[in-house]
Amino acid sequence: MSLRVDDLTVYYQSLRGDVKAVDGATFQIADGEIMGLAGESGCGKSTLGKSLIRFDARMRHVSGSVELDGKKLPIWDDSKMNAFRFKEVSIIPQYALSALNPTRRIGTMAMELLRSRNIEPDTVLPEFKRRLKLVGLDQDVLDRFPIELSGGMKQRVVMVLSSLLDPSLLIADEVTSALDVSTQRAVSELLVEFRDRGFVKSMIVITHDLSVLYQIADTILIMYAGKLAEKAPAETVVNSPRHPYTKLLLSSLPEVGVRYADKRLSGIPGRPPPLIDPPTGCRFKTRCPLAFARCDEEPPFASLEPGHTAACWKAEKAEAA
Amino acid sequence: MLELDTCCKSYRTGAFGSGELLAVHDVSFAVSPGEVVSLIGESGSGKSTIGKMILRLMQTTRGSITFDGLDISTLNGRKLKEYYADVQGVFQDPFSSYNPIFKASHVFTMLRNEYFAGLSSSEWNAKLEKSLEAVSLNPGDVLNKYPHQLSGGQLQRMLIARALLLEIRLLVADEIISMLDASTRIDVLNLLGDLKARGLGILFITHDLSLGNYISERTMILRRGTIVEMGATEKVFGNPLHPYTKMLIASVPHLHKKWDQVEREVGASDVLEHVLREETTDESADGNGAALSLEQVEQDHFVAK
Amino acid sequence: MAVSKPGAGVVTTAGAPAPAEATGPISPQGAPAAAPITARRSEFLYFAFRNWKFVVGLAVVLFLFALAIFGPMLTPHEPLEFGGPTDQAPSSDYWFGTTSFGQDVFSQFVHGLRATFLVGLVGGGIAWLIGATVGFTAGYRSGWLDDVLNMITNVVLVIPTLAILIIVAAYVNVHSYATEAILVGLTSWPWAARAVRAQTFSLKTREFVDIARISGRKTRQIIASEIAPNMSSYLLMMFILLFGGAILIGASLDFLGLGPSESMSLGLMMNNAFLSSALLLGSWWWFIPPGVGIICIVGGLYVMNVGLDEIFNPKLREV
Repeated sequence: MSLRVDDLTVYYQSLRGDVKAVDGATFQIADGEIMGLAGESGCGKSTLGKSLIRFDARMRHVSGSVELDGKKLPIWDDSKMNAFRFKEVSIIPQYALSALNPTRRIGTMAMELLRSRNIEPDTVLPEFKRRLKLVGLDQDVLDRFPIELSGGMKQRVVMVLSSLLDPSLLIADEVTSALDVSTQRAVSELLVEFRDRGFVKSMIVITHDLSVLYQIADTILIMYAGKLAEKAPAETVVNSPRHPYTKLLLSSLPEVGVRYADKRLSGIPGRPPPLIDPPTGCRFKTRCPLAFARCDEEPPFASLEPGHTAACWKAEKAEAA
Repeated sequence: MLELDTCCKSYRTGAFGSGELLAVHDVSFAVSPGEVVSLIGESGSGKSTIGKMILRLMQTTRGSITFDGLDISTLNGRKLKEYYADVQGVFQDPFSSYNPIFKASHVFTMLRNEYFAGLSSSEWNAKLEKSLEAVSLNPGDVLNKYPHQLSGGQLQRMLIARALLLEIRLLVADEIISMLDASTRIDVLNLLGDLKARGLGILFITHDLSLGNYISERTMILRRGTIVEMGATEKVFGNPLHPYTKMLIASVPHLHKKWDQVEREVGASDVLEHVLREETTDESADGNGAALSLEQVEQDHFVAK
Repeated sequence: MAVSKPGAGVVTTAGAPAPAEATGPISPQGAPAAAPITARRSEFLYFAFRNWKFVVGLAVVLFLFALAIFGPMLTPHEPLEFGGPTDQAPSSDYWFGTTSFGQDVFSQFVHGLRATFLVGLVGGGIAWLIGATVGFTAGYRSGWLDDVLNMITNVVLVIPTLAILIIVAAYVNVHSYATEAILVGLTSWPWAARAVRAQTFSLKTREFVDIARISGRKTRQIIASEIAPNMSSYLLMMFILLFGGAILIGASLDFLGLGPSESMSLGLMMNNAFLSSALLLGSWWWFIPPGVGIICIVGGLYVMNVGLDEIFNPKLREV
C-alpha cells in the first residue's frame, strides 16, 4: 500500500463555526494506482487533497492519520512536512497556471523553487529538460515568460516540475478543468504516462468531471458533503455503482450521443447540506430517493466486495441479499 | 429571425493601432424560432464575442446582424430597448451576473422599471410568479434573498425567468451551464429544451460538446473566429468531416468509451500530436488568413474547405 | 472552488478593489446569512470601532471640527481685533497668547480652523466630484471620449499645481476662502479621476453590468446604481484623501500670502508669524498652534484613511 488514510477529519475554521469539510475519510491507494477523486463543488475533495500535503491557515486537523509507504505523515505540522513535500508527496495546485509570476522567466522560477527545497538545480537540470521534451516542450520554454505559453504548455511545465523528484504520491487538483477539450485530453494522458514511466508511484486526480476520470483513473472515489460515498475501480463506478448518489450523478451527465429529444436526463433535486451544521446520519438522505428510517444512523464506509466500498445502508443490504 | 451575414470583429493591436486582430471572421448563420443552435468553440474561438455582438454589447466591425430584417447596429435609445424586449441573454457566471450589493430580485426590478412601469404591484407580482414557476422556482425561496444566499442553478434560472418576463423570441445563452454542478446543470439544460418547445429561438454558446449535442438541432463548430463545420447536430456529430471537428470529438471524455476507441471511430488524427503542433504554430497567423468558404457536403451539412 | 473559502460570505465587504473576492459560490444553506447591506453596515461598524487608527483619527478630526464650530463662542476677542497686550505668552485671559499686534491667537486659531475646514470640504468636495465624474465617464465609455478625458487628466496631473495656483491666485484676487477652495478643487482631482477610471474599467466587465445594459438601463443609471455602490468604500477614502490634500494646498497658498487677507486661516497665521519674525522673537505660541492644527487635521485624516483601508480590506485587518 502506497497511501493509507485512516479516519482523517479536517475542519475549516470560519467565523460561523467549523466547516466539516472532510469527515472520517478512510481509504488506501495501492502502488501504481491512479485514484480519481470526484464530487460536486463544496464536497471537500480539494480539502482532502490539500490536507495530504499542506494545510492552509484555516484548516484544522481534527483526527486521523496518514501513512505513506509505511511512514506516518505529520500532516498537521507544517515544518515537519517540509521533509516530505516535493520529494515524497507533491501537488499540482488548482490555480498553478494563474499563480505564475508574469514578470519572471519560467526557468528562473523553476530554479528558485528547486533551491527553496534545498536542491541544487544543476543536479536535476538534465532530467528536467529530458522530461520537458517528453511532454513535447522544447527546453527553450525555460527562457520564456508565462504569458508566452498557452494554458496547456504551462500546465505541462508545472506537471514536470511537481514530479521531478519522483514523488511517491502526486496530487493533481483540477488540472484539466481550465483547459480546452483537446488540451484536456493531452494533459490527462500525460498524467497516465508519468505513472507508467514511474515518475510517480501513485496519484490522486481531483476533478468534478467523472468522464475524465473514467478515461485515466484506475479507481474512483466519490465524495459527498465531506464524507466518502463510494470507492471502486473506475469501470465499476461508471457501470455498476452502488451508492444512490453515484447512480444519480452518473444519470445526470449528458454524453455525446445522448440527445434531449430522444432521452431526457434529469438532475438530482435539492442541494448539498451546509457543512457547518450537517444533518446527522447519512448526509445524502435529504436528496436520496431510497432514504428510509435507518438513514438517520450514519452508514459505515463498508466493503461490498474486494476493492468496492460504499457508505449506504441500501448498498450493503443489496449485497447481503 | 436572427441572421448574421459575414460578421467580423477586429481589434486594433500594436503601437498606434496599426495591426488588426480578427476575433471573428466572416461568420454567417441564422437562428429560427423554436430551434436551439449550438455554437461550439474552444477558448479564443470568438464564440462569446459573437454572443455579445448579437446582444449589442459590442459593435460589429464589418458585416451585419439583422433581426427580422432590421439591422441591429443602427438601433439606439428607444429602438434598442424594443430590441431587448425581443432578444435577451444569460451569461456564464451566475454569481457575477448579480450585483452583490442588491437582492437577487434587483434583476427583475430593473426590468419592471424599464418595461412594465404601468403595471400595478399585484399585476406585476402575478407576472413574476408565473415566470418563476416556468423555470421551476418557488418565488418565496428566491425573491427576498441576496445572490450569495442562492445556488448557481437557482441564479441561472432566475436569469432565464427574467428573460421570459419580456416574452422574448431569442435567447443568447453564453456558457450558462459551465459553472453549474453536474447534478443541477442538466435541469437548466432541460429548461432550455422546454422553452424551445414554446417557440423560443436559442443560441447556445458552449465549449462542451456533449451539452451542445444534447440540446441543439443545429451545431456550428467555431475555430479561431471562423466556422469550420455546421449543420444538423446529428450530422455534425455523427459524420464529422473537418479534421478539427474530428479532433474535438475525439477529445471529449466519454463515460462508457475510452478515448482511443472514439478516436478510431471518428478517424481523427492523433490528438496529442495535434495539440502539440497547434501550440507551436503562431496563433494569430492563420486567424487572419483568408475566410474559409463553407461547402455543402450533404443536406444541412457544411464543411469549410 | 470547493470549500476553499468557507468564510467568504462573512468576510467579504463592498470590496471594490478586489471585486473578484466579493462573490463566491459558497453559501451554506441555512447559515445565518443576513442581508449584505445591513450585514455590511453592522460589520463595518463592528470593525470600525475596533480599529484604533480609525477611532483616533476620527476623534482628532471631530475634536478640531467641534473647536472650529464652537471655539469662537469661547473667546470674547475677535481674531483681527487689535488692542490686547502685544507678544504675550499664553495666559488665562489669552489662552494661546497674543501676536505682536496684540491680537488673540486662540481666536485666530479657531477662526482659522473654520477656514481650513471650509477649504478642505469645499475644495476636496469639488475635486471629488470632478474626479468621480471624469473617472466614471472615462472608465465606462471607452473610445474617443476616454482618450480625450484621459488626455485632459494627464495634462492637469503633470502641471505643477502649486505653481499654477500661485499664478492664478496672483492674478485673480482671491477674496474669500470659498474662491480659494474652488481653485484648489479645480486642480487637485486628476489622481482621483485616474483611480476611479481604473476601478470602473474593471467593474464594467462584470456581467451584472451587461445584465443592466440588456435591461434597457441608461448609462447614467448603470454608473450610479450598479458601478458606484460597488466602490463606495473606495469613494469614501478618496474623499478623505482629497479633503486632507486640499487643506495642505490651501495652507500653502495662505502661507505664501496668496490667500484672502481680510479673514483668518491657519496658513495666514503662519504667514503673519513668519513675517513678524515670531520665530526669532521666540513667540512660539504664535506659530505652533496653526502648525499643530494643520498636522492634526491632515494627520488625523490620513490615519483614519489607513484605518478605513484595514476595515474595508479584510486582508489588512488586524486579528
